Amino acid sequence: MTAVATRPVTRRGVSSRAQRREAIALVVPAMAPIIVFSVIPLMAGVYLGFTDATLRRNDVADFIGLDNFIRLMGDRFFWESFRIGLVWAVACSVLTLLCAMGLALLLNTDLRLKSLTRVLALIPWAMPPVVVAIMWRMIYSPTAGPLNAALEWVGVAPVNWLGDFSTALPAVIVVAVWSGMPQTTVLLLAGMQQVPAEQLEAAAVDGASAARRFWHVTLPALRPVVLASTALDFIWSFNSFGLVYVMTEGGPGGRTMLPMLFTYLEAFKNRNIGYASAMGDVLVIAVLLVLSIYLIQQFRKGKAEG
Amino acid sequence: MNQRAWYVRPLQYVALVGYLFFLGFPLLWLVSASFKSSRELYSVTVTLLPVEWTFTNFADALARQNLIGSAGNSFMVAITTMVLTVLISMPAAYALARFRGKMRAVGTGWILLSQVFPTILLILPLFLILRTLQLNDTLFGLILVYVTFTMPFSLWMLQGYVSAIPRDLEEAGSMDGATRLTVLRVIVFPLLLPGIIATAMFTFVAAWNEFFLALVLIQSPELSTLPLTLRNFIGVAGVVDLGPLAAGSVLATIPSLVVFAILQKKLTGGLLAGAVKG
Repeated sequence: MTAVATRPVTRRGVSSRAQRREAIALVVPAMAPIIVFSVIPLMAGVYLGFTDATLRRNDVADFIGLDNFIRLMGDRFFWESFRIGLVWAVACSVLTLLCAMGLALLLNTDLRLKSLTRVLALIPWAMPPVVVAIMWRMIYSPTAGPLNAALEWVGVAPVNWLGDFSTALPAVIVVAVWSGMPQTTVLLLAGMQQVPAEQLEAAAVDGASAARRFWHVTLPALRPVVLASTALDFIWSFNSFGLVYVMTEGGPGGRTMLPMLFTYLEAFKNRNIGYASAMGDVLVIAVLLVLSIYLIQQFRKGKAEG
Repeated sequence: MNQRAWYVRPLQYVALVGYLFFLGFPLLWLVSASFKSSRELYSVTVTLLPVEWTFTNFADALARQNLIGSAGNSFMVAITTMVLTVLISMPAAYALARFRGKMRAVGTGWILLSQVFPTILLILPLFLILRTLQLNDTLFGLILVYVTFTMPFSLWMLQGYVSAIPRDLEEAGSMDGATRLTVLRVIVFPLLLPGIIATAMFTFVAAWNEFFLALVLIQSPELSTLPLTLRNFIGVAGVVDLGPLAAGSVLATIPSLVVFAILQKKLTGGLLAGAVKG
């Protein structure tokens, strides 16, 4: 942005038309597929929510106005899934942030074992979600899993982690934190390395404890990174599918039925595309609403403090 | 500097070891399981490391369930997606980074907005379109959809790398009388190459790991990608042939892991290049 601000205005004016032509020539090859495969389908997807489209061949979708949405209002199962999705997304993003912050702080010190931790922390990021899910199914296995073996060793009764109503959702959230932590850690660590060392030293000279230095110097400097990564984590968790689908398929008794799973089943098992798209529309609005509330609130707070 | 209490250092190590355990134990367990015999896997006494090491799981995994075939499908899909995505997004990323104005605002706005929409809202109409074109249940259809889904991220990363190249370099080139194309080829492209490689590798991993879109679009078993095949190891009743499944999972992770090992230094750079310089 600075490059633009400092540039002389006159030079821009002279070459402006030629530049624009060049820009268009460069963008068209990229924009055509984006419009064909992204903009149009997205608009079509939003529109489908207002129709009675099904997956049947030669089905003619009729515009039915708000009927889907009215039906959706009274759909108890959808709203239950929606609630689970919110709990899941908030828990995932907050816990991932807290765990990643702890790890990043440790990695930002002069401890040994750092390089090993760095390598280990990157692996979950690279792993296919299906493999992550398969791996954790083994960990949680009620009969041959190490978790229950450890419980037995200390004399606690075995738990059917993914099959029990009360433990299924927390169990899949732990897995999401495990796989989401590396990316957030890397981002936070990069942010921490940009915190001015003089400020930290000055605070230390003034007698501020490590905790106070973190709270008053490091954290405010990290605010943009924290904002961006929690917002992204929230979106990604809310829209995630593979991890939970492979681990529980939404069970037991719908306790891990994330909105994406619910919508997927409505579209491809019940074959009601129109109704499923209406759910998608509601989900987008909900995500945008939560995000804007969060960002506006954080922005205000930042302003008040800054 | 003020003094630290004596207990801080030990506590830090305890925490770090805790993290190491949390991150590392599941991985260790998976790898260990892939070398255990089936007798050991289903035995009541659970051990961390195999009592006797065996390679039969890997042989089994490769022989059954068309693992090699689906690895081939995954590889083909991931490579083609990578090449197409980078080729298509490179010019647009350059334009986004260099020509400021309304178009740039619309472009970046779309990139960010497209991240918010649930995949399902895109895949339903795409599914209908591909079915009309008779491209559903084909790898080519899957590739087209992958290109769509990886493009926003690729654009975001690439435009960050372009912004990092000083504009003066290009201007110096054009003042010496070089045409725009020559400037792009001789000056910009070599500087951009590391960024292009990083973006390409990210795209490869995204396509290699992807599950949901493949689940929706691919029905024929012989067109299955690796994640679909692995998921099908888990039987209908949840009955699992653990050994081969673990072995297959380990094998499926290797390509992504190799890419990430190469990219390790670039990971932060790429993500932040988009964010900070944008």
